[in-house]
Amino acid sequence: MDDSTLTQQQKLKYYQKGTFTVGNRLVADEERSVQASAERSNALTSGHRACQGCGEALGARYAIDAAMRATGNDLIAVNATGCLEVFTTPYPETSWQLPWLHSLFGNAAAVATGVAAAMRVKGKKTRVVAQGGDGGTTDIGFQCLSGMFERNDDVLYICYDNEGYMNTGVQRSSATPPAARTATTPALGPEPGNVFGTGKFVPKIAVAHGIPYVATATVADLRDLEAKVIKAMGITGARYIQINVPCPLGWGAPSYDTIKLARLAVECGLYPIFEAEHGRITQSRKIRRQVPVRDYLILQKRYAHLFRNGVDDPRVQRLQAICDAHIEEYGLLGDDAEA
Amino acid sequence: MLKQMEGSHAVAEAIALCRPEVICAYPITPQTHIVEGVGELVKSGALENCEFINVESEFAALSVAIGASAAGARAYTATASQGLLFMAEAVYNAAGLGLPIVMTLGNRAIGAPINIWNDHSDAMSMRDAGWMQLFAENNQEAVDLHIIAFRLAEELSMPVMVCVDGFILTHAFERVDIPEQAQVDAFLPPYDPVQVLDPDNPASIGAMVGPEAFTEVRFLAHYKQRQALRLIPALSDDFAKIFGRASGGLLRAYRTEDAETIVVAMGSVVGTIKDVVDELRDEGQKIGVVTLVSYRPFPVEALRDILKTAKHVVVVEKSISVGLGGPLADNTDGVLRNLENRPRLHSAIAGLGGRPITRASLKRLFHDAAHAPWEGPFFLDLNERVVGREIHRVRKVRRSGSTAENILRQLALASHLPQE
Ligand SMILES: Cc1ncc(C[n+]2csc(CCOP(=O)(O)OP(=O)(O)O)c2C)c(N)n1
Ligand code: SF4
Ligand SMILES: [Mg+2]
Repeated sequence: MDDSTLTQQQKLKYYQKGTFTVGNRLVADEERSVQASAERSNALTSGHRACQGCGEALGARYAIDAAMRATGNDLIAVNATGCLEVFTTPYPETSWQLPWLHSLFGNAAAVATGVAAAMRVKGKKTRVVAQGGDGGTTDIGFQCLSGMFERNDDVLYICYDNEGYMNTGVQRSSATPPAARTATTPALGPEPGNVFGTGKFVPKIAVAHGIPYVATATVADLRDLEAKVIKAMGITGARYIQINVPCPLGWGAPSYDTIKLARLAVECGLYPIFEAEHGRITQSRKIRRQVPVRDYLILQKRYAHLFRNGVDDPRVQRLQAICDAHIEEYGLLGDDAEA
Repeated sequence: MLKQMEGSHAVAEAIALCRPEVICAYPITPQTHIVEGVGELVKSGALENCEFINVESEFAALSVAIGASAAGARAYTATASQGLLFMAEAVYNAAGLGLPIVMTLGNRAIGAPINIWNDHSDAMSMRDAGWMQLFAENNQEAVDLHIIAFRLAEELSMPVMVCVDGFILTHAFERVDIPEQAQVDAFLPPYDPVQVLDPDNPASIGAMVGPEAFTEVRFLAHYKQRQALRLIPALSDDFAKIFGRASGGLLRAYRTEDAETIVVAMGSVVGTIKDVVDELRDEGQKIGVVTLVSYRPFPVEALRDILKTAKHVVVVEKSISVGLGGPLADNTDGVLRNLENRPRLHSAIAGLGGRPITRASLKRLFHDAAHAPWEGPFFLDLNERVVGREIHRVRKVRRSGSTAENILRQLALASHLPQE
């Protein structure tokens, strides 16, 4: 991997050595984050009904603001059914500051294809973003998503991955990690929580479609998220970004831990952050200090059954093995700052 | 221009004349020739300013149309049977969002047992979805109804399904008058959406609506279809002025003026029924037929006006609401319900899964209606012997197997047996 695929924004390192401080003030105006600008579109404005600390709300605002900036606000959003759709548009109110269409749970990718086709035929430059939760993306919307990828339609699809069907009360999706408790994978029986050896990681499947751009991102690194969205909007064709967005309600964690959990998910190796172009992985976000997965799990009630009576369940080690394998597979260890 | 051509290709040419901007479809018999036809016109450049998108399912096909329509483009798709069911969720959604998409339905039976032949089960499965549904009697009407459909859909901002009998029309070669582009342009102005996704004027479309407003939204959808009851005849008049022939309308009456028996039917079977009506008229029976062009909205008043003086109403339909009987008969019953001198209603289920509806059988049916009336749905040309044996077998044997396969086996055996 070389850094020739990185944009200027991505090359900037904001972490001051030894701290996690991010400083916009250290860089030139044009390199500052979208959110730091008074001109930001505030695509998802206040007053919506998301829970406190909702990672999805945060991720969506950053992502869509960045996409709007990249397109000069010439953007249309298509939304799948899910928390994001429900909490932003309680009739007759809406939080969206851009043209926005919700059709169904499983068809956002195809609806976006239709919008893009309409823009093409009308000779307009307006771009299209489709967005949905992990359920609407990796499960029920997967066929439409794959079709959109395969046709290389000019759509950026953003998946807000909170690892479960949150809007319907926290059920298992194919993005729910092993051992996690959900309403349909209860912490009961000999193998409490979600079983091991199931599920799918759609970013890899997206890469296999050979589409121009695929990335994973996290609300723990919003600069990186913005940079990836801006990069994606500079590319024509099918693009996919999957953002890890902690859900305080579904994960059983305090609202103030959203960013911390997102960061730990990356730093333990469970959530690999990488980019791929045309079927080939080009970059991965390095982990400076790998944290034990235990540190991540123990903060969430959905994993409480792994730590009953002060004894760690052996499955903590199975999850650790998954993290280690990710680190190996994506080459995650190292220091970006020194690259 | 008069042409001898396949129904599907005539429909494809009519679609192209309507200047659609986004076309997306997924193949299913008997719709395939229509989308192949429009696909060719786009690819060859004959149809300009149009995106033809090959999608991965019918659900995606209609979803693409939804996106395109909401973004202000004239959108078209076509399907049949299983395909319509596969897009069912989007069918309701397109109507609920008030998007004026036009869809051709090459009417075909729904499985299991899987069957590619014609009946109206597919259209009936979506009759409550909020789409207007127009049925073509012949290929000329199939052409004309599509042109009318775009205008109707866009004036009301509501989707229209044009139902064309699979094979019987889609694959039939007939003489068809394909209109001139200038005529279609005069009839159908460019699409001017009532709502559109526009970055200069951002709006949210498709919000969640709770009990406080849902009834009103539904009422207004119904109200719009009631408006269509006036608009459809007006468009038909307009059409006649520009194209020089009558087409469309809510319904058409044939020899019903003094009729004691009036048949009600939809689609291509009406051609056969008219022949039988002529024959019976020659024999002295006072009979006529009403062709319903518009099934949704259902033209209650217009139909009542025609049926109110009849003694017998015979509904012949190619669908069954299992457990009830004929849905068209049921709807017609609603038309007659409050009449003082109610005609007797006779319901016949015919032509399921492509079974031919013969003149001889219809003649017997119409005769019986006047002379030996029946209760409930009558299954025209039902093979009672086969059905009787199967019922008997199922009663006797617990693991009696699959009905469809058993009947096929019986028929195979029967073909070797001496005639009774
Ligand atoms: C066809 C269909 N099936 C099921 C549902 C119910 N449903 C609505 S939202 C939702 C969960 C959404 O989960 P996800 O896509 O992960 O988004 P989240 O709410 O977690 O952000 C479900 C199951 C539906 N609306 N439509
Ligand atoms: S349930 Fe989770 S995803 Fe939904 S609004 Fe609450 S925090 Fe956000
Ligand atoms: Mg989710």
